[in-house]
Parts: sequence; structure tokens; C-alpha cells
Amino acid sequence: MNREVVIKTDKLTKKFGDFIAASEITFEVFKGEIFGFLGANGAGKTTAMKMLIGISKPSYGKAQIAGFDVYKQTEQIKKNIGYMSQKFSLYEDLTIKENINLFGGIYGLSGKQIETKSNELIIKLNLYKEADKLVGSLPLGWKQKLAFSIAILHEPKIVFLDEPTGGVDPITRRQFWDMIYEAAHNGITVFVTTHYMDEAEYCDRVSIMVDGVIKALDSPAELKKQFNAISMDDVFLRLARGAQRGD
Amino acid sequence: MKQLITFIKKEFHHILRDKRSMLVLIGLPVIQLLIFGFAITNEVRNTNIAILDNAKDEATQNIITRIESSQYFDIDRTLKTNQQIEKAFKTGRIKVAIVFQQNFQNELVHTNKAQLQIIADATDPNQATTLTNYISTIVMDYQSELNQQNNLPYTIKTEMRMLYNPQLKGAYTSVPGVMGMILLLISAMMTSIAIVKEKELGTMEILLVSPMKPWLVIISKVIPYFIISLINVATILILSVFVLGLPIQGSLLLLIGSTILYIFCALSLGLLISTVTDTQQAAMLISLLGLMFPVVMLSGYAFPIANMPLVLQVLSNFVPAKWYIIIVKGVMIKGIDITQIWKELLILLMMTAIFLTISVKRFKIRL
Repeated sequence: MNREVVIKTDKLTKKFGDFIAASEITFEVFKGEIFGFLGANGAGKTTAMKMLIGISKPSYGKAQIAGFDVYKQTEQIKKNIGYMSQKFSLYEDLTIKENINLFGGIYGLSGKQIETKSNELIIKLNLYKEADKLVGSLPLGWKQKLAFSIAILHEPKIVFLDEPTGGVDPITRRQFWDMIYEAAHNGITVFVTTHYMDEAEYCDRVSIMVDGVIKALDSPAELKKQFNAISMDDVFLRLARGAQRGD
Repeated sequence: MKQLITFIKKEFHHILRDKRSMLVLIGLPVIQLLIFGFAITNEVRNTNIAILDNAKDEATQNIITRIESSQYFDIDRTLKTNQQIEKAFKTGRIKVAIVFQQNFQNELVHTNKAQLQIIADATDPNQATTLTNYISTIVMDYQSELNQQNNLPYTIKTEMRMLYNPQLKGAYTSVPGVMGMILLLISAMMTSIAIVKEKELGTMEILLVSPMKPWLVIISKVIPYFIISLINVATILILSVFVLGLPIQGSLLLLIGSTILYIFCALSLGLLISTVTDTQQAAMLISLLGLMFPVVMLSGYAFPIANMPLVLQVLSNFVPAKWYIIIVKGVMIKGIDITQIWKELLILLMMTAIFLTISVKRFKIRL
């Protein structure tokens, strides 16, 4: 199978003084794939992700995102990715429509495009009544779903999700993952960090980071076989047991 | 360009939706100006005084009538004994007591010398000085009138003229001061809070990941506050001309031009604050302590700089408001032109450049 590679890193490393936050990370992500980036708090997930999305300069190593170099072509990278952080990505004192308009505008969509997109989105999320309400008044789960929809509004090649489902109830989480599947089905590559191990099962492939190093990388089924484990939780525990860095 | 407009629109949504801040932004300048312009004033008017007249003759009556008929003083009570003086002061009603010696007119006519004592409440030293000066002036006037009748060989008559502010109106100092303070407060504090807020809420990260250039983010943060500052300048000037009766002597263009420069200076200072803080509270605290305090104390608005210890005089040079207030006083009240304030303008320009350079450098480090 010859699939298009959209993220490719080679010994990507970030040091803060003597502390190596992410050490020689090497992996590839294919188009349309849901790639889970797992690790305990402090394992270096966020640092690695920040290098990929171009807001943190690597100390050394190579990386290409959507075919663009992380050192020289950050502007092109930014146009081709979407990002949703664990903190809220939306402005709570703006209405749903205003948030959509703002991010559409920032990503350079035309007024007409924004109009169509925003109508589609409001229908899809069933938010007619709330369209002119402030985002701050919405329940958490709805905010997350809206934030994700806005992150892929400009149809990026890759969307990066940094612990997108933190603090959300299981039902909403399931709905959220349905949206992720839909995006992947439409050809958007999904790069997601999480520490919910049940979510890891939903990914096509996962990498598990311990102390700044990628300790394992394969499909959940393969990993379970490899570690002779019954669940991803089990796999993770076996790998993370030797961790030096903790919370 | 479209990005910029979308983003500025968003900033205005933030500002307009926060009714309380909006009220502060637009209302505060008006309230400040009116309070400082009307209520807080060093002018002396209708001050209550007490008189202890031990002579009760023609001369003392004459002086008392003159004092009473001036607009500055009202005679609150007449005292009978020395013991009553202190009691009268302790009631808090009177600010000055005047004591005439016994046989005032006799002494004056026969020995050419008579004594009059002015006792002032110096809990407020400035006011006490002003009041005693006023009374002395009235007494001197009476004396020179007496002297006209019998030709004295030497007389020096002083005549005073108060240039630029003939009525000694308080508004002449408060308007430039309020402008210096308000513009700094709004431009620097509000901008720094607005930027730090994005950092605190995590939305700054989203913006940095977006194709929007960081400097565009900053510019669109700054423009709304620039516009609000301009609105405030307009309100302050209109109020001071039409309500406080303070004319603009110099060129309006020069005044507005230098005000815009000062706003830029304050905005870049706000930018600088936002690069060194991570929470809104910290930004507010730094702005209040780091900006308000020096502006009130060291800008020459509340206290004359020339009377300060040398260390403070040197420090005051680093307060942008000091230079701005000099400019506003010069242009607005004295009507001087650019040739006399180019130095101050240059200093403000340099400060702006320095603040901007540091904040741009720091902003890049953060990325």
C-alpha cells in the first residue's frame, strides 16, 4: 500500500537547557489517518506537537508537515493545518456566528464561503436557536464540538487536537469521535493527543511517549498483541511503569 | 487586510460587550475632568475667618470692611478674647483669624506703626500661604491709600499680572494632567490587559497557529484602543473649551498631532507590559503601580518637579506623561508653536521607539 505521507519527522528534538523535552522523535503519519499521540502528563506530547504546528522551534532534527519544512515554511504549514487546544479555542464573549466569521476570516475564507460554511455547520450541529448566543453560555460538550468544527472550517490537510475531550462526559466524547471519523473519512488527517486510553482504541495507529521518547508505535491491535495485553490501558501501564518524569 | 478588519471587528465586540469596561473607558475621562476641573481647586473663595478687634476704631473698621467685601473672605465670627481664637480654630469652621492690637489707629497715626496679626490654619500649608497673602494684599492696599494723602519720599508699588491664566483657574493645570493620565491609562492598561487576556485564555495559541501574522494580531488589538483614545481626546477638549472655559491658544493640529504621538507611546508601553506578564491581574497591577503612580507623582501634574529631591527629578525624566503635559500646557495654554516643543516631541518619539523595539524583541522570544 503506497499511501501519501503528510507528517514526517526525523530525530526531531527539543531541549530546554539540559532538559530534553522531546528526544529524537521519528515517525510518519499518512493521509486520512487518525493518529493517536499518547503519553502521561509531562511525557513531552505537547512539546512535540508545538514543534509540528510551528509555534516552537526544534533544537535539531527534521520534520515536514503537509510537505512543508518546520524550520523554513511555517507560514505554509499554518495555512494547511487546523488546531484545537485543550484550553478553549473559542471566544466565549462572542456568539457562535461571530466565532465562525472570525476564524473563517483569519484563515482567509471569502465572505460567501464563510456564509455557506456557517449555515452548514449550524445545521449539522443543530444550533439554529443558539447561533446568536454567546459561546460562553453553551454546555462544555457543545463548545468542544463547535471548536472542532471551526478548527476544520478551512478544510485543512491535517488537524491537530490537543486533548480535545478533557472534562467531557462519555456520550459527548463518543459523539466527538464520530465527528473525528467523519473528518478523517473526508481526507483530513487527524493528529490527536489524549490520555484517555479508551480513545486510543479508536485511533488507526498510536504512538506512546514516555519521558520524551516514543516507546511504541503501531495499531492498537498490534500493540496489544505485542505487549500481550488485553487493552490499550494495559499496554500503556506496562510502558509507563518505568517512567522517571511524573505529574 | 480582510483578516485585519475581521479581527478588529472582534476586538470591538469584546469591548462593546463588556459594558462595565465600556463605561470606564468613555465615562472615566469625563468624570475625572469635571471633578478636577470644578471640585478640586486651589482657588480661594468665601473662606470663613474670625476677627478679634481689640481697637474698634476707624482704621480697623476700614480694614475689616475691605476684607469682608472681598469675594475671598466671609467673617464667620467676631471674637472677644485671645482664648477664643484657638477654640474657634478647633471648631474647624474658620481658616484664618485676624487680631488687631489695642489703639490701632492711635499707634498708626502717632508712632507710624500698628500691629495686626494674621493667624492661619496651616494643616493645609499651601492654602494657609495663599490666604495670608490675600489678607496682606488687602492691608497693603489700605496702607498705600493712606500714604497717598501724605507724600512719602519713597514708594514702590508692585503690580502683578498673571499671564496665560489671569483668573488663576484650576482647570488650566487639571486639563493637561487629566489628559496625560487618562490617555496613558486607557492606551497602556487596556491594551496590555486585552493582549494578556488572550494569553490567559489560551486563544493566543490558536492565533499563533493560524496564518494570521503575530504583528497583525497586535495591530488589531491596538487599533480599537487607539480609536477610543481619540474619542476621549475629543471629549476632553470639547468639555474643557465649552464647559470649563479653557481656550486652546495654540494650533489645534499641533495639539492633536502630539497627542497622537503620546497615544502611540502609551500603546507601545502597554505592549511592553503585555510581553512581561501572563495574567490579567499582573498586567493591571503593573499598569496601575508602574504607570498611574509615577504619572500622578512625577509628571509635574500634582507636585512641581523643581521642588523634588534630585533623585526624583532625574526619575521624572523617564515618565512620558511629564513631557506630554509640558507640550499640552505649552500649546493649549501658552499658544507656543512646534519650535519650542520639538525637544519634548523628540523625547516622546524616542521613548515610543524604545518601548516598541523591546516589545517586538520580547514577543519574538516568546514564540
